Amino acid sequence: MKVSLLEIKNLKTYFFTRKGVVKAVDGVDLKIAEGETVGLVGESGCGKTVTALSIMRLIPEPMGRIVEGKILFNGIDLVRASEKEMQKIRGNRISMVFQEPMTSLNPVFKVGLQIAEAIELHQGVSAKEAWERAIEMLRMVGIPSPESRVNDYPHQMSGGMRQRVMIAMALSCHPRLMIADEPTTALDVTIQAQILDLIQRLKEQVRSSILLITHNLGVVAEVAQHVGVMYAGHIVEYGDVISLFRNPKHPYTLGLFQSIPQKRRTKKRDRLRVIPGTVPDLLGLPMGCKFQDRCSHAFKKCREESPQLIEIEHDHQVRCWLYG
Amino acid sequence: MDEVLVEVKRLRKYYFLQRGLFSRRNAVVKAVDGVNLVIRKGETLGLVGESGCGKSTLGRLILRLEDPDEGEVRFEGRDILHLQAEEIRKLRRDIQIIFQDPYSSLNPRRRIDAIIGEPLVIHGVAKGRELEEKVIELMKVVGLRPEQRFLYPHQFSGGQRQRIGIARALALQPKLIIADEPVSSLDVSIQAQIVNLLLDLQSEYRLTYLFISHDLNLIEYVSDWVAVMYLGKIVEYAKQEVIYERPIHPYSEALFSATPSLDPLEKSRRILLEGDVPSPINPPSGCRFHTRCPLRIDLCEKEEPQLKERPNGSLVACHVR
Repeated sequence: MKVSLLEIKNLKTYFFTRKGVVKAVDGVDLKIAEGETVGLVGESGCGKTVTALSIMRLIPEPMGRIVEGKILFNGIDLVRASEKEMQKIRGNRISMVFQEPMTSLNPVFKVGLQIAEAIELHQGVSAKEAWERAIEMLRMVGIPSPESRVNDYPHQMSGGMRQRVMIAMALSCHPRLMIADEPTTALDVTIQAQILDLIQRLKEQVRSSILLITHNLGVVAEVAQHVGVMYAGHIVEYGDVISLFRNPKHPYTLGLFQSIPQKRRTKKRDRLRVIPGTVPDLLGLPMGCKFQDRCSHAFKKCREESPQLIEIEHDHQVRCWLYG
Repeated sequence: MDEVLVEVKRLRKYYFLQRGLFSRRNAVVKAVDGVNLVIRKGETLGLVGESGCGKSTLGRLILRLEDPDEGEVRFEGRDILHLQAEEIRKLRRDIQIIFQDPYSSLNPRRRIDAIIGEPLVIHGVAKGRELEEKVIELMKVVGLRPEQRFLYPHQFSGGQRQRIGIARALALQPKLIIADEPVSSLDVSIQAQIVNLLLDLQSEYRLTYLFISHDLNLIEYVSDWVAVMYLGKIVEYAKQEVIYERPIHPYSEALFSATPSLDPLEKSRRILLEGDVPSPINPPSGCRFHTRCPLRIDLCEKEEPQLKERPNGSLVACHVR
């Protein structure tokens, strides 16, 4: 068993709106070991991004707040860390790559400056040296002629290039953990393949862990060692990638796999299996299991009591009453 | 089933960009550059390619939302590019479109019954009581509840909005529906619901689809024929089972291999292409794919390959294969 780099325990992040309390993350447990990639999947509004923002302590207060739980990173509880401590961790020990590389880069500064800024701030080197390191980072992420591209503004680059710049920035301080929130969603498939390949190679080189947030199960299968499936603020299934993908247990996970077209239709009448209904409104969640309304197996207990995450086989946990 | 509904010949559409106030050299975007296609009645042609390859423009040209610079579009044998205004109006009833974004394609100030009923009003098909009945019937067909017709778009989820867009497209009983990325803005579990609805409607009303998407798994699932586009050109065109069995064009091959598999144990046989998709402004000479092609030879740079039939029946534009 590898040492955990990050351990999230019973994390609850709520948003207090005028319409009521939105329990975006409602009791999440997650471990990330040294050097591993963990995929966090789920549909929009399931709480995967809020989980990431909680780790970075970027929840917009006072509307949102971490109300309970621990996020242990190298032994430090990030939930209780001071803002000053967080500033040393953010962008340095833990960094983040966002989905939209156009909106997360500053349009009025050269990309080189934006990378160098992080290096200068966290590593305490001179501006000139930081600039040199920025060029080195651009070369590492495979940008051709980095000596001249370092002077580009974000709009002069393609989407794939900008995402490479984001990754260069995220890795510039050799973080222990990189959180990548839908890093390839805005990109074309051939470019997505390049970026996934890059992330994999750099992870080995820099030896950091990755938390990969995505709605694309194929991307997770390709790069992650462990997967957590989220639904309505909970992790409903967690396991090593092979046993979870080969043998999904939770009715929601199963439904997700079945609703993705995986082969051609042999008959004209063939249809995809669907999960009925829609993602529940986080303001009016039902008692008991959050998936009950869309689940074909739901019985009395599901409506009364919330199931816990239980281990059903080695390294594979499910939150469902079907399994006891 | 081999009756041809749409035939596209040598279709070309360029956009001219003004580079600057005093610049005389204008840049040309070759969005669609000499495309030939056939769509058969009751079938689905899947059109795949990456952003900027011209697949949406091609859809808009067939719908005559844009006028091509050159070429022919025949619908049921008639050349639709040289029609009188009145005939174009009639044609619009036969060809409808479903857009990608169910948020921006519905007018937020109009009630659902007005949105779905609008094509019927414009074409003078129904009014009053009859119009209301037709709207109710359309809503039932796409799986919406009739009492929801008094609501506004913002009161619906993304999937429901897409159902509204589909009801509007069906209102005039079209023969061809151009579905431009109809599910790509929806969550996975909702995508399947909409895909099934489109398939049900197709078999019920014998609809023909031009299905535009970048999702190759989805295209495999819905299509009878598949066309792969790259920078304004069709590089490969074949029956679905043929192209998915073995894509021949090096670009199709790389594109298909880049789609992540759902099996974590499957050895990745990804072909990684070098570089980015070149800009469609002044695209590469010769074969447009030669700048990224792992198989390129000298000829590729100089001469543009034409679509030629291969032993397995697919049409491929490549000098090497």
